[in-house]
Amino acid sequence: MSENQPAQPAESFEPKVVALCCTYCAYTAGDLAGSMRLEYAPNVRIVKILCTGKVDAILLLRAFEDGADAVYVAGCALGDCHFQEGNLRAIQTVAHAKKLLAEVGLEPERLEFFHVPASAGPLFAQRANEMTDRARKLGPNLLRRSARQPAGGKLAKPPDAHPPLPQAKLGRLVHQADRTDVSTGGPAAPGDLPTGVQA
Amino acid sequence: MDTQNGQPGGKVGSVLVVGAGIGGMQAALDLANAGFHVTLVEETTAIGGRMAQLDKTFPTNDCSMCTISPKLIEVDKHLNIDVLTNADVVGLEGHSGDFRVTVRKRPRFVDLDKCNACGDCLEKCPVEVPSEFDQGTMGRKAIFKRYPQAIPGGMAISKADRPPCVLTCPAHVNCQGYAALIADGRFAEAYQLICERNPFPAACGRICHHPCEAECNRREIDQPVAINNLKRFAADWVARKHAAGEDVAPPPIGEIDPAKARVAVVGGGPAGLTAARDLALRGYPVTLFEAHQELGGTMLFGIPAYRLPNETLRRDVAGVLAAGFEVRTSQALGRDFTLESLKQDGYRAAFLAIGCTRPAALTRSTDGSPMQGTDLEGVRLGLDFLREVKLGAKLGVKLGAKLGAKLGDGPKLHGKVVVIGGGNVAIDVAMTARRQGAREVEVVCLESREEMPAYAWEIEDAVEEAIRMNPGWGPHAIVGRDGKVVSVKLQRCTSVFDEQGRFAPKFDQATSSETSADCVLIAIGQRSDFSWLGENDPLWDPSKRFVHADKLSLQTHLDWVFAGGDMVTGPASVVEAIAHGHEAAESIDRFLRGADLAAGRQQPEPTPAGKPEGWFPLAERAVPPRLPVGQRQGYEEIEQTLDEAAAVAEARRCLACGVCSECMQCVKACTAGAILHDMLPEEITVPAGAIVLAPGFEPFHPHARDEYGYGRYANVVTSLEFERILSASGPYQGHVLRPSDRTEPKRVAWIQCVGSRDVQLGHDYCSGVCCMYAVKEAIMAVDHVEGLQATIFYNDLRAYGKGFETYYEGAKKNYGVRFRRGIISSIKERQQTKNLVLAYVSESGEVTQEEFDLVVLSVGLRPSASTGSLAATLGVELDRFGFCRTDPLSPSLTSKEGVFVAGAFAAPMDIPETVMTASGAAAMAAESLQEVRGTMVHEKTYPPERDVAGEEPRVGVFVCRCGTNIARVVEVDGVVEYAKTLANVVLVEENLYTCSTDTQVKIAETIREHNLNRVVVASCTPRTHEPLFQETLREAGLNKHLFDMANIRDQCSWVHFSSPVQATFKAQDLVRMAVARVATLRPFGDIRLDVDQRGIVLGAGVAGMTAALSLADQGFEVALIEREAEPGGVARQVLHLLDGADPQAHLARLIERVKEHPRVRLYTSATLEDFSGHIGKFKARVRQGNRMIEVGGGAVIVATGGTPYEPTEYRYPESDAIVTQLQLEEKLQAPGFARGLNEVVMIQCVGSREEGHPYCSRVCCQEAVKNALAIKQTNPQARVYVLFRDVRTYGFDELYYQQAREAGVVFIRFEPESKPEVGLEAGALRVTVTDDVLGRPIQLRPDLVVLSAGIRPDPEAEAVSRALKVPLNADGFFLEAHMKLRPLDFSTEGIFLAGLAHAPKSMAESISQARGAAARAATILSRPHLDRSGVVSEVDASSCAACLTCVRLCPYDVPVVTEEGVAFIEPASCQGCGVCAAACPRKAIVTRHYRDDQVAAKMDVLFDDALPEPCARAALKAGEHR
Repeated sequence: MSENQPAQPAESFEPKVVALCCTYCAYTAGDLAGSMRLEYAPNVRIVKILCTGKVDAILLLRAFEDGADAVYVAGCALGDCHFQEGNLRAIQTVAHAKKLLAEVGLEPERLEFFHVPASAGPLFAQRANEMTDRARKLGPNLLRRSARQPAGGKLAKPPDAHPPLPQAKLGRLVHQADRTDVSTGGPAAPGDLPTGVQA
Repeated sequence: MDTQNGQPGGKVGSVLVVGAGIGGMQAALDLANAGFHVTLVEETTAIGGRMAQLDKTFPTNDCSMCTISPKLIEVDKHLNIDVLTNADVVGLEGHSGDFRVTVRKRPRFVDLDKCNACGDCLEKCPVEVPSEFDQGTMGRKAIFKRYPQAIPGGMAISKADRPPCVLTCPAHVNCQGYAALIADGRFAEAYQLICERNPFPAACGRICHHPCEAECNRREIDQPVAINNLKRFAADWVARKHAAGEDVAPPPIGEIDPAKARVAVVGGGPAGLTAARDLALRGYPVTLFEAHQELGGTMLFGIPAYRLPNETLRRDVAGVLAAGFEVRTSQALGRDFTLESLKQDGYRAAFLAIGCTRPAALTRSTDGSPMQGTDLEGVRLGLDFLREVKLGAKLGVKLGAKLGAKLGDGPKLHGKVVVIGGGNVAIDVAMTARRQGAREVEVVCLESREEMPAYAWEIEDAVEEAIRMNPGWGPHAIVGRDGKVVSVKLQRCTSVFDEQGRFAPKFDQATSSETSADCVLIAIGQRSDFSWLGENDPLWDPSKRFVHADKLSLQTHLDWVFAGGDMVTGPASVVEAIAHGHEAAESIDRFLRGADLAAGRQQPEPTPAGKPEGWFPLAERAVPPRLPVGQRQGYEEIEQTLDEAAAVAEARRCLACGVCSECMQCVKACTAGAILHDMLPEEITVPAGAIVLAPGFEPFHPHARDEYGYGRYANVVTSLEFERILSASGPYQGHVLRPSDRTEPKRVAWIQCVGSRDVQLGHDYCSGVCCMYAVKEAIMAVDHVEGLQATIFYNDLRAYGKGFETYYEGAKKNYGVRFRRGIISSIKERQQTKNLVLAYVSESGEVTQEEFDLVVLSVGLRPSASTGSLAATLGVELDRFGFCRTDPLSPSLTSKEGVFVAGAFAAPMDIPETVMTASGAAAMAAESLQEVRGTMVHEKTYPPERDVAGEEPRVGVFVCRCGTNIARVVEVDGVVEYAKTLANVVLVEENLYTCSTDTQVKIAETIREHNLNRVVVASCTPRTHEPLFQETLREAGLNKHLFDMANIRDQCSWVHFSSPVQATFKAQDLVRMAVARVATLRPFGDIRLDVDQRGIVLGAGVAGMTAALSLADQGFEVALIEREAEPGGVARQVLHLLDGADPQAHLARLIERVKEHPRVRLYTSATLEDFSGHIGKFKARVRQGNRMIEVGGGAVIVATGGTPYEPTEYRYPESDAIVTQLQLEEKLQAPGFARGLNEVVMIQCVGSREEGHPYCSRVCCQEAVKNALAIKQTNPQARVYVLFRDVRTYGFDELYYQQAREAGVVFIRFEPESKPEVGLEAGALRVTVTDDVLGRPIQLRPDLVVLSAGIRPDPEAEAVSRALKVPLNADGFFLEAHMKLRPLDFSTEGIFLAGLAHAPKSMAESISQARGAAARAATILSRPHLDRSGVVSEVDASSCAACLTCVRLCPYDVPVVTEEGVAFIEPASCQGCGVCAAACPRKAIVTRHYRDDQVAAKMDVLFDDALPEPCARAALKAGEHR
């Protein structure tokens, strides 16, 4: 990256997307996409977790705070969770964190939960492309904690539509995330999914 | 490693399991986890069996691969399971407890220790065959991995016998191989492959008589593959490239070792040139002597240019010369040198191949007198004439004719030419004569047209050119005038050969004729020039016509002299000469090395591969373009070369009969050196105390039911093919498309019972699973394709298992699946659309037609093909269908002691039943070997772990190239350099294959040497390789958790191959992330639990008692707790069984044994008061009267049973004449009872398949059939009606259903909307039922109404569920951990279930399941300690506010609030999912290895500007920037 790069339009920036993948399904599907040589956007960085049930809203917000342009949690299909209902918890967590994102002025579409069964190599690739495209359309994440140029280094200054947010506000939200997350209560029934969840 | 071979009682503590499908794997794991060594023998190249082929599983729609793949890895990594794939059991000795099993390992041709499944070979392998795993819906290469997730992960090569083309070819040229390469568009490789065995591809591609094509299996379908034209195409393609200046397919060059012995080759024809080349390629300094000025032998001067132009041959010869040997032309043996002079010149070996260059003269007339007129002007020898024309020289010029003259310069002819002779040379002479000016050409020969030795196609060519064939005449005399020839007198030849087949022509002196001639060309054979041989030379053959050479080695009577080609065989073909050249080179090499000339060469005639099975579309054989007859004046080639498209199409006609073509492309591609084409089968002897058979099933092959059009209609597929079509890794990557045109089908039909319930085919049993898999496939199809209409044509919908009925109803309600009861009478394909029109007879008897886009045949299950020989080897009896004969009340017992059976080899069954029976068989094997448990298991010991606390992280990074798999895309050097710049990294190394054994040793050394305390491997996926690297860490004294991986193969090089720069950046990012995380990781160990090695069984019915006895027989003490005063449960009411077994006798034996068994403590009239503990240590408080008893154990089996439904419908119990089946069974005990019956009506589904109780009770249909048959047997006159909804006599019980119908039992179907009505008037019964077929009510007046009342859950199940904290399903039965793979386990570890507590089932099924539960429990009880993963959640008590969030959310109910008022998570029970940690509002809970900072480290570092930016030199070069 060069400091002297001229400012470029937002469409040409290369987003960085974080994918939190559970070991037994989504990560396995990622391997299968590899075995099948399915090409997908190189922007996705996979972080393997044991079960998506381990994901909390703070972690998701932290990813955005760090600078991720989009984040998705990929877990087992409904009823397939190796740990019974971790994916159901993750669905709720993601739905909740989306609301928090909206509150701080970041597009909730930057965050998603996907079901990616272990045998679904093509779906894995499709989801990676989908989230990269989404991030590309939305432009760089302006919530980034660091003072550095946004990821990709192509934007000289952020567009006016997204004024930078004070860090303090995010900090508050993180605490709020704890409280609200807990208050959502027990596991969701399979037929009763929060909106925005995609299989 | 620590192996003891102590064998108390002469028994062996090891079990052999046959079949590594889900059943075999389960049995292997249960046994290995219970202290037995296991050898798992699998027929195919990978474990996983049928289940791995499935897309989803019913009734939960779980992804099949998701559920099975952890099992695959568990089996693979298990220290005490040896997996032998590609292997068969071929012998058995010994007896129960001490068998010796002979296992034959078929060669895999790939060294699994070296293969890392990189797949480079797959790209290079040109042979594609139908993939067995994908049921032929897609192809696979000859080198292959059975499926992407296959274990073992290494490749395998499948080889059939060698293809007939290759075996027939004298030189064994790899025809199939080059056809495959041409089909793949790799013409240069094809050319090189041909050249390996045939150095003259351009010449042979024109003139070879191609015996290969005569044997080609394709001829059974249409016509043989035009193999020879393909060879010519490849050669000419390369020539064209060379002409265009492209350097393709360079010829092989020998590295000549001057120190090696010198070899002389005499003769520059095909044999000599081949031998010289082969020897030069082996490094020998070779000198080739040729009598002429130019090389090529007969190919050069004996074959006219319209068949083989000089320049074409010269191309081939140039390729041969590149090998690097010396050539001396114009050097004739006997004239310019002798064998003696060669010896003196220092040649240590010589190969003579001087050919047959001398034309035979016509010496005898038909009457035996000397031939007249051969010296007349115009009479010549044909071969001389040909040579003259070809070389443009004058007749009679001595050997070493002037070269370079133009064609056509040769002798001019005129008038009429008579050619004498019927061989190929004669034809060549005739056609050449025409070109040299002859007005008319006539060929005269002894043989009849059919007998003429010339090839048919050559004769046809000549006839096409108006050359007259005059066969069947012998030359009597050549008549001349003025010294010039004018005619030839002929006599009729009556036979050419005598009875022994020797040349002995007979003539009819009375029949003669005369033909005019201006020129006579004699072409009656040729022979070698043996003028250099003395009269008594040792080289002579006894006949003195040839030089003698040993058939195998070609060695002559002089040991250093070898001879081959035409001079030993007489005139033969070029390809035979080539073959001799190869053999001579091999012999000379051996001779010079002092090796045995014959060893390994005398091989029995191998059997060629037959036509591969399957259906192949017809395809016309390619016909190369030919020069029109009118244009054949000069020497332009008559036949032309195939063009590229035609050649590729022709090559694709090859059937790949040998599967692998041995083209060696894989060997060249494999940088790991893992491919061993000469691997041989191996037989090993495996000691085993017991054998478990789980060879599984194969799908019925619907070719036998031709009316369904399978194999003829593209859009008729089997259900297993449809599973592959549904699968994301299947032929259409998970899109549901139909095969004919790859469009989405909108109307799909399933046809049930294909190969099941079919008396004609002898498959009269029910396959048990097809109804449910069809429902599942229909649901999945609807799910995949919007607007898809699924229709299932069925006889009885047998949704009898747990959760099946609800699933079936859901398919109707939620997916709109249509169910049509009826028999398909025919399927017709529409020509244009390839749609299918089904004609079927509905139940009301009408014939209806309906059109569909795709038809799926629900094929039944039958025993695998190999089980016949397996059973014969082991001495196990089979039933008439080929299934294993088993004991009715011990379904795992075979007829052979010590051999047990599991899964679909015993009877058709689904996955959970297979898993249950597998555990059941494991239990029986364990019972028989309990005294030798633990005697043959290995335990690995590691050096003590180094304490790294307080140390700064010292990270070592190992970056893998994975051959070229990573390095081809990712700039590995750049990743290495980048990794060196990262914080905490002290060392970075690069490996070709990080996973190789030697690299592991090196890594362990490096860890110690550099005092590393953290390790990162950047290579492939942790799913398969993390355990391997963790092992290395442990061996180096590091805790295995101080490790992380960056998956730069599966996530970079394999998926970003067109953007290498981005892939490199990403690889650098992944390494940076792994390094950041590994620094945060902390060491921790597994959790070691003490195990109370006793079992607790709740419920002493048949299931409970069986489980308790199995545990006791396996050596464990058991507490058996029964709330009734007597053991026995529901079984006490079952008086006989459908298959004739005596349940009461069995029950009595069980009761007696539990009461007497020293290790069983039976507590009757005992109720469970309290229950606590965790896996390895449970405590139950039991009240027995006033007494409280505390029992402990490491595992618990819940077998609390179920209860018969007490009907409230159908006026029960208003009359004694309205009874349940159980009551009828009791009444039937009185022999007179049945005799008194006139009419009996049985009503099915009483209290089952109803709202509130939607499940099928599974056993009632069999009960009804059983009692109906019992009545009919005693009183055949009695009318018995069974009113049913679906008759669900699954499996072999179907046979009894048929028997009942044959006995006259009337089955009447009713719809649930119009149930039968039972009227009771003045003690008389009346039953009204609306017959589904007739559509009108029927009145019956039975003297007995029998209600088939279902099974209900035990009323106290809920209390047990609460006490044990194990769940119930909606129907009130206990809910297992996983419907498919853990049917006997609760999700709470250490607690298992069996019998009616699980769901309704037969007594045999309960018994099998109970043993299975015992096997599961034994995996815990067999060890004093249990090591479980240390990845668990922990509560920081100081932060805990006891808010109960964790208590509420844990899916396993593990967290509790202690007396101290803080949450506590029992590590023994925690699964580590982290739900509690995520939800804890005070962050008082952490999950080990996934602590917040450990997960976030990866994300934080991903965007941290303070860290170095990834960079790539390639990126800078390409001008690409991040």
